[in-house]
Amino acid sequence: MAKTVLLVEDEPNIVEAIGFILSRSGYQVHSHGDGATAVQTVRREAPDMLILDLMLPNRGGLDILRDLRADPDLKSLPVLMLTARGQKKDREQAELFGVSAFMSKPFANGDVLERVRALIGEA
Amino acid sequence: MPKTALMGSRIRERRQVLGMKQAELARAAGISASYLNLIEHNRRKIGGKVLLGIAQALQVDVTALTEGAEEALLDALREAAAVSRRDEAETDRMEEFVARFPGWAQLVAAQRRRILSQDRSIAALNDRLTHDPVLSEAMHDILSTVTAIRSTVSILAETPELEAVWRDRFLRNLQEESTRLVDGSQSLVSYFEDQVRTDTPFTTPLEALEVFLARRDFHLPDLEALAGPEAVAPAVEALLEAAEELNTPQARALGQTYLTRYARLALRLPADRIAALWRETPDPGALARQTRVGLADIMLRLALVPAEALGTRLGLVICDAAGALLFRKVPDGFPVPRFGAACAVWPLFQALSRPTIPAHALVETPPGRRFETWTVATPEGIAGFDTPPVFRAAMLIGPDTGALPPESAAPVGTTCRICPRPGCAARREPSILLE
Repeated sequence: MAKTVLLVEDEPNIVEAIGFILSRSGYQVHSHGDGATAVQTVRREAPDMLILDLMLPNRGGLDILRDLRADPDLKSLPVLMLTARGQKKDREQAELFGVSAFMSKPFANGDVLERVRALIGEA
Repeated sequence: MPKTALMGSRIRERRQVLGMKQAELARAAGISASYLNLIEHNRRKIGGKVLLGIAQALQVDVTALTEGAEEALLDALREAAAVSRRDEAETDRMEEFVARFPGWAQLVAAQRRRILSQDRSIAALNDRLTHDPVLSEAMHDILSTVTAIRSTVSILAETPELEAVWRDRFLRNLQEESTRLVDGSQSLVSYFEDQVRTDTPFTTPLEALEVFLARRDFHLPDLEALAGPEAVAPAVEALLEAAEELNTPQARALGQTYLTRYARLALRLPADRIAALWRETPDPGALARQTRVGLADIMLRLALVPAEALGTRLGLVICDAAGALLFRKVPDGFPVPRFGAACAVWPLFQALSRPTIPAHALVETPPGRRFETWTVATPEGIAGFDTPPVFRAAMLIGPDTGALPPESAAPVGTTCRICPRPGCAARREPSILLE
């Protein structure tokens, strides 16, 4: 069974591009664009990994990450966080909350695929 | 206790005005001519009987020899020495330096002020770049657009067998994102252009307002004789229009609040009335009772009336509950730091710990000058049951009139870095004068 990736990102064209790349490589990709309900969606969908944007409408990625790490069931869920360049403080905060890896925007498609494989293995 | 700096220069000037020889003055004061020579060249500090003898011989009050504007200059030099990473400045000979090279001393002080001002500009710009929400959102938008374009272009370029339906979809996305990128870049450029147009040499609106007021010596005749409340808004508007210092929307908004308060106070308490009341009873508490105007307003009004009308020059410092100075009319000889935190022992800050309770106290600055202060912390706006009141404290500062016993004078400073008082419980950093 294909491994699932949940992409929490509010930019539809980024979602489409990453979704396409990961799907073509065999992963099953779901997306969600609202920060406020992201944690519930993670619990419901129970993905193998999460790609989480830092800046989301209604609730930021850092708050979502903190809530996930406080949940024993999601404590070890691999989380790849998407940040903009220069957000050093946010990166430090995310490390403190237990993020698995970072990627800076703009990123190359190949790098995203490589990170996903490194975190959850081949599809 | 050492007296005010550069007393020697003043003694020499006064002696020369009277046409006295050094030997004559020395004889009249009961000291040797060589000792007087050292005093006049600011190489000996004097006080007590010697100072009294010289003042009598020169037919002047002691204060005429001890009070002067050089304290601000000396403070600026002390600050310059304090921030220097080298220990080469001969701080113990600063007074001699000011006396012998006044032009150079002014230059060093001016450079120090300029550096401080530039430091503040850099900090403000840095702060803007880091925390400006408009800039941050615009940058995030552009980065997201670029990310979408890069990913989409890669897919189009690296997937030769791409189905037509996907290719069309990605081309449409590219079209959308490139339009968004153009819009985002244009709005960012406009934002920076607006910043360049509105930026002034003043880094904050508060600083712009301070400069506006200081240049007019805190007195605005255009707001002093208004016909009635309906004349307030047009008069304030006209002043704001002409105020070149208040040329940002934020500074004008701050100016409007302040000038409206000024004009309304001037209507309630005309300058000649408040001046007559003060000359009769120099006590803000009594004036508040007589006029039924709140203490904070009375103190502000007194600070806005010219010294000639009051018969004395009053200073006023206002701070918020965080201790940030919001208003500073600097009284002669009572140095107030231009930037950074002031002396925590000032009655101004004590007032914040006992809100609404007024206090009248005597303070003594490091050169040994005494000032009377009246302080009170009052709530701003109207507090609700679910919102705690926000307090501001005001301290009116005037010369020592002898109303309070001299032994009650509390020792205060300007700011810790240049304060010579050892063992102060409020000290937050070492002083260069004690190192």
